[in-house]
Amino acid sequence: MELNFSIEGGDFTQAGQASSRVKAVLKQLGVNTKCIKSIVIALYEAEVNVVAHAYKGWINIQIDKDKIRIVITDEGPGIPDIGKAMEEGFSTASKKVREMGFGAGMGLPNMKKNTDELNIETVVGESTTVTMVNYF
Amino acid sequence: MTTAVPTYHALKVDAQKCIGCTHCMTSCPTEAIRIRNGLAVIEQKRCVDCGRCMRKCPAKAIFVEQDDLDKIKSFKYRVVLFPSVMIGQFPENYSEDQIYAALLKIGFTHVYEVEQPIGFLKESIRESCKKDKDHRPHISTFCPSIVRLIRIRYPSLAENLIHCKAPHDLGAHFALEQLMAQGANRDEIGLFYVTPCIAKMSAVKSPLGEKESIVNGIINMNELYNKVRKNISTKEAPDTSDQRATLTRDGILWSLTRGEARHFGERSMAIDGIHNVVKFLERLENEEVPDIDFLELRACDQSCAGGNLLSGNRFLTSERLERRAKRYQPAIKFKNHPIQEMAATLKPKLALDAIKPNPVFILDQDREKALEKMSKMQRIICFLPGIDCGACGAPNCQALAEDMVNQKAKMSDCVFLQQTWQEENKISTSKALKNMEKKWGKDRFKADCNKRGRRNEGF
Ligand code: SF4
Ligand code: SF4
Repeated sequence: MELNFSIEGGDFTQAGQASSRVKAVLKQLGVNTKCIKSIVIALYEAEVNVVAHAYKGWINIQIDKDKIRIVITDEGPGIPDIGKAMEEGFSTASKKVREMGFGAGMGLPNMKKNTDELNIETVVGESTTVTMVNYF
Repeated sequence: MTTAVPTYHALKVDAQKCIGCTHCMTSCPTEAIRIRNGLAVIEQKRCVDCGRCMRKCPAKAIFVEQDDLDKIKSFKYRVVLFPSVMIGQFPENYSEDQIYAALLKIGFTHVYEVEQPIGFLKESIRESCKKDKDHRPHISTFCPSIVRLIRIRYPSLAENLIHCKAPHDLGAHFALEQLMAQGANRDEIGLFYVTPCIAKMSAVKSPLGEKESIVNGIINMNELYNKVRKNISTKEAPDTSDQRATLTRDGILWSLTRGEARHFGERSMAIDGIHNVVKFLERLENEEVPDIDFLELRACDQSCAGGNLLSGNRFLTSERLERRAKRYQPAIKFKNHPIQEMAATLKPKLALDAIKPNPVFILDQDREKALEKMSKMQRIICFLPGIDCGACGAPNCQALAEDMVNQKAKMSDCVFLQQTWQEENKISTSKALKNMEKKWGKDRFKADCNKRGRRNEGF
């Protein structure tokens, strides 16, 4: 089955919408709770990333009987140095975003930790596409 | 002794009184209620005994099954165990001694408030938290409704539940030990717990994390309150303070909001009201919550002062108890009290086995089938109006879709769809009316000022 969401940049109240919905769906499918937790954490981070850094984003989620594939695409600044962004504690978040308690530089590393496959494609100044796959 | 029957639920619907008005259905935090044939039906597996539905019912059609008070007569030693909130219900011109005297007059031989000696429970909880550092925040198992909610709806948090019993177990074991030390035989002692809520009633009848409850019978607090009011005298009563010798300030406050939280961890939180708890647990499950050591969660607003088997106003009850608590010593003062000799016997009795999750919201045990149902649900949702009116007998459109894929409802149950189908001549008007009558009972739609569900009935 498929789920789609869109996110507006800068609206922190919206972050968590997709992850909450996905959680409800996976629970009804009887997916292992630890696995759900990882997916929800990774997706929530991804949502916050889009809200904090990009102007606009779209989430496409594909759920099969043995895996979930999440693709998050955004229009935004892109990630100039992915290697660096993967280091814990590295953050390009603005002061305002940090003051709100987000952007501690745990986003990407946390997503990596909680997914089985993580792929990031980015064009600096244009967009980023993050693909995450988790097997149940 | 009460043996464990899995999923006992104390609430029943009185078919004579139920007017099928949907108030209960829309208030249930677990969407456990549907209307069938004009009557509310509770899906037992989903019910967490929070009592919201009973409170909301304007026709007083949802009621509790209860033990007969006469049952106490068969014991030589008849112990009444009650939580401190019971005292908080009485007007302040009645003294504790007078209330105790009335209980003895009713036929009990021993009176115990369950929150004594609370220090043992406090230590047990602390030790249990210390042992399990991996599952934080530690979640209190005090409120049985919350424990059930976590089991069915937040299974991933079941591991966070503290392995410790509740004050009524503490009080019961304490009373038992004291009586046996005085020479009583176990089978001569009847332990009767006075419950502030339906949840504790179910917890005693089918406990979780233990084989059977130690309590012999359970008494509805409202019922006992009425009996005591009838038997209480305003004359001076004999001094019974020795029966409260180990009652403490901490014990009296225990069942109020923050009664537990205040004791545990640097960072503790207390949340009351089941809908508030649901919202918070959603966040906790997503790890959107900062580092917390201890969580006290209670189903009722103002915790047990707002218990559904209490008649007093919950704010006044709280206030009275807070004032009462000031007259008692804090638990810490009992550090060198002779009662400590009982610690070795009592504390091990408070240990609880792990509570296993029981996720009841799964669409199908077979993943592939569940996925199929889920996709079907998504498609059905597209056809439903999203008004959540409840006229189909389900609490909202989503729930109706779920019932449909589980073969418990039909498309024609949606009154809006039916209307469009009539317009398109897909279904005759008389068939449509028949469908509605099936859901809401025959003659429900006839003009009749005295029919069930007439305006403001029961309000
Ligand atoms: S007691 Fe609570 S959970 Fe059970 S049916 Fe009533 S409202 Fe729902
Ligand atoms: S808060 Fe207290 S009275 Fe209410 S359900 Fe829980 S234990 Fe019972």
